[in-house]
Amino acid sequence: MTDMLVDVSRLQFALTALFHFVFVPLTLGLSFLLVIMETVYVITGKEIYKEMTQFWGKLFGINFAMGVATGLTMEFQFGTNWAYYSHYVGDIFGVPLAIEGMMAFFLESTFVGLFFVGWKRLTKYQHLLVTFLVALGSNLSALWILIANGWMQNPVGAVFNPDTMRMELDSFTAMLFNPVAQAKFVHTVSAGYTTGSVFVLAISAWYLLKGRHLAFARRSFAVAAGFGLAAITSAIVLGDESGYTVGDVQKAKLAAIEAEWETAKPPASFTVIGIPNQETMETEHAIRIPWLLGLIATRSVDEPVEGLKDIIARNEARIKRGIHAVLALRDLQLNRHDEHARATLLRYQKDLGYGLLLTRYTADIAHSTPEEIHAAALHSVPRVAPLFFTFRIMVASGFAMLILFLAAAWSVWRNNFMEKRWLLKAALWSLPLPWLAAELGWFVAEYGRQPWTISGILPTSLSASSLSATQVTSSLIAFILFYTGLTAVEMFLMIKYARKGPDALHAH
Amino acid sequence: MIDYDTLRLIWWALLGVLLAGFGVTGGFDLGVGAMLRVLGRTDDERKVLVNVVAPTWDGNQVWLILGAGAVFAAMPLAYATSFSVLYPAMLAALFALFFRPTGFEYRAKVNKARWRNFWDWALVIGGALPAIVFGVAFGLILSGIPFHFDPDMRVVMDGGLWDAVTPFALFAGVVSLVMLSMHGAAFVNLKTVDTLQVRAISWMRRLALLLIVLLAAGGLWIAQGIEGYSLHGPMLANQVSTPLDQHVVREVGAWLNNFKAHPWMWSAPIAAMAGAALAAWLAWYPLIALLFSGISVAGVIATAGFAAFPFLLPSSTHPDHSLTIWNAAASPHTLTWMTAAAVVFVPIILAYTSWVFHVLRGPVRASHLKNNEYGTY
Repeated sequence: MTDMLVDVSRLQFALTALFHFVFVPLTLGLSFLLVIMETVYVITGKEIYKEMTQFWGKLFGINFAMGVATGLTMEFQFGTNWAYYSHYVGDIFGVPLAIEGMMAFFLESTFVGLFFVGWKRLTKYQHLLVTFLVALGSNLSALWILIANGWMQNPVGAVFNPDTMRMELDSFTAMLFNPVAQAKFVHTVSAGYTTGSVFVLAISAWYLLKGRHLAFARRSFAVAAGFGLAAITSAIVLGDESGYTVGDVQKAKLAAIEAEWETAKPPASFTVIGIPNQETMETEHAIRIPWLLGLIATRSVDEPVEGLKDIIARNEARIKRGIHAVLALRDLQLNRHDEHARATLLRYQKDLGYGLLLTRYTADIAHSTPEEIHAAALHSVPRVAPLFFTFRIMVASGFAMLILFLAAAWSVWRNNFMEKRWLLKAALWSLPLPWLAAELGWFVAEYGRQPWTISGILPTSLSASSLSATQVTSSLIAFILFYTGLTAVEMFLMIKYARKGPDALHAH
Repeated sequence: MIDYDTLRLIWWALLGVLLAGFGVTGGFDLGVGAMLRVLGRTDDERKVLVNVVAPTWDGNQVWLILGAGAVFAAMPLAYATSFSVLYPAMLAALFALFFRPTGFEYRAKVNKARWRNFWDWALVIGGALPAIVFGVAFGLILSGIPFHFDPDMRVVMDGGLWDAVTPFALFAGVVSLVMLSMHGAAFVNLKTVDTLQVRAISWMRRLALLLIVLLAAGGLWIAQGIEGYSLHGPMLANQVSTPLDQHVVREVGAWLNNFKAHPWMWSAPIAAMAGAALAAWLAWYPLIALLFSGISVAGVIATAGFAAFPFLLPSSTHPDHSLTIWNAAASPHTLTWMTAAAVVFVPIILAYTSWVFHVLRGPVRASHLKNNEYGTY
């Protein structure tokens, strides 16, 4: 397995996943905004709320189609490009994906058509139920996907089976109630609701600035301001940093995000900004706030936040133990009845993944040199600088949106937002922020897990399919071309229909 | 607790059900897409056809997505092997499938002939290409695929995929396209009136007859020309899921062994042919014709499944490494939870899917589309 192949496969997965997540958060957020608008329509009987549901529903549909198209790629890609990963952990990882299909995606997809064509065939209440089921389906979908992803970050409830050469499910409930998955779910759907709210807020602000569709835009702005304030508050307060304190690889991610090289005396200080240097393992020009990191990360003043140097030292010891596990496994492959090898494997099983980490640095791990082991240990944590900066940009975007929604909600409360052109302009120009934050958030989560696909269990360098780098490069180019074309079409339609405004309901 | 072998059998059957679910519902959507320019001669006719499938196609496609997800969880090694060894074919199908959500949703959003023609052709590709690829995949499974496993259970491909594409695999691609086009025409027969309906019936009849001929030819080919696979040696109960300790032999006609041992299995090919014949004969009873057409599709899928049982993916280069439901299955623990989930959710899915089809019952009329711009595609 060449580094080139793994790199191209990673790049393809990263691009297609990030691209998929351009559409997902808007689906998550807009679907619930549609439920709110339609509920108001059903309760008050005011036609304008039906019109709002239909208009925002139209934009929802344009976005939803792309979400469906790009989502299929994700399901295919585990098998096409990450075959060894699929074999090695499919017994666990496949389960939430399959249940997602049964419980969530079926619901969402079956009812989404009826949302559009069902207005005249259904009673008000039935149609509201349909809208609600679409929203419920998309949110349940997020739940199961994040249970799967949470398991990659913190793989609980699974054991290695040397006879099948794979991880197998040991406890379904442990996987289900994985604290990392729960933190991720709440944070991700909150981010989705924020995205939907900023979307509605920005386009409504644009109408208000242009003096068009005033009655319609005013109500949409108000709904988005209220929902958005709740959503961004939840996304910030329930940021998933709390999930970084469980699991060794999560701890390394946290230390990298915070450029925490040394384990500091609790409570640790928070590095606001600086320039992390991977070689010297220092952060230059750092500005720090005492206590803050300890409070955020551990919710306490006496628990330490482990630093990267200590994590690397511990990983080095684990790699050395892992060598015994890998060698015992090789013996077992030659002779399944080698009970000595089986006992050795069982003893060092916890460090098997760390032993596998070494395979990238030497062809013969039985005779690996201390230098090779040290190199593997140094690369057993992610690079700091990319995580340090992207995380800070994400957080800054989040706080910018918090200020926006505070101002918007306050003005809606005072009922004077129509006159505040600066607020409307700020709302319009904030449109890219939730996407910026969401994309960077996924970058932090996934890049921060490196060098693993499954934390502590399966190194990324071993996970890819046995394809040629040329094959994957070709498909990567094809994805870029296809996705660029489809995006151009989607953006064109989105802008066309947003410009037309609610009049688009009556004519094409 | 259910014992391991029973769980494996249950999941073999459930994967068949999911596949048939996709063939029967997603199948007519693919068929209508493939036949879009044949059945719809004018822009207005094609608008009707798009509205025949657009409200429900998304739910129908989930049978495919769920099918793939279920293979991932229930037969992880088969998922890893099939998707990676068939890489170019899988990606071709995937890229073609991109045209479906976008095509249905975007076609009517710009009122220009060139725009609509583009999306019409996109939908034709999005219907025909996946239909062909899925058929070729079935053909490849019955012919054997070139792969083996290293001791780490990593799938290694033996040569390129294109070397492995046999004439029989291409033939299976044609069968699939004909079958799903017939099924698509049967659905159009139910959901349209007048000219479109008449045209759909005449195509459905022609394609049904062609399908019967092709199926008969395929059956002969399997009996006389194709090397089938069979397991040799003692079958251990509840054995470990690994393909590294079995012996498999290849011989012409081996795919008929199951039918000889279990004559009831002949009901599948009989249903496939009789279904097509009855669909053609009873074309003027659209719902009944669609039902028989669906039985034919399910019959073809079941025939392939029965012939190959217990094989999921035979290896043409290392037959002993062939994947079966016995050696590719997930752990008993996983299969138990998956079974529980399926028992709860599949009936619920069937219930609400039926309700949606019930709400949307009745033909799509061009006049209705004109007066109801918001609620149409």
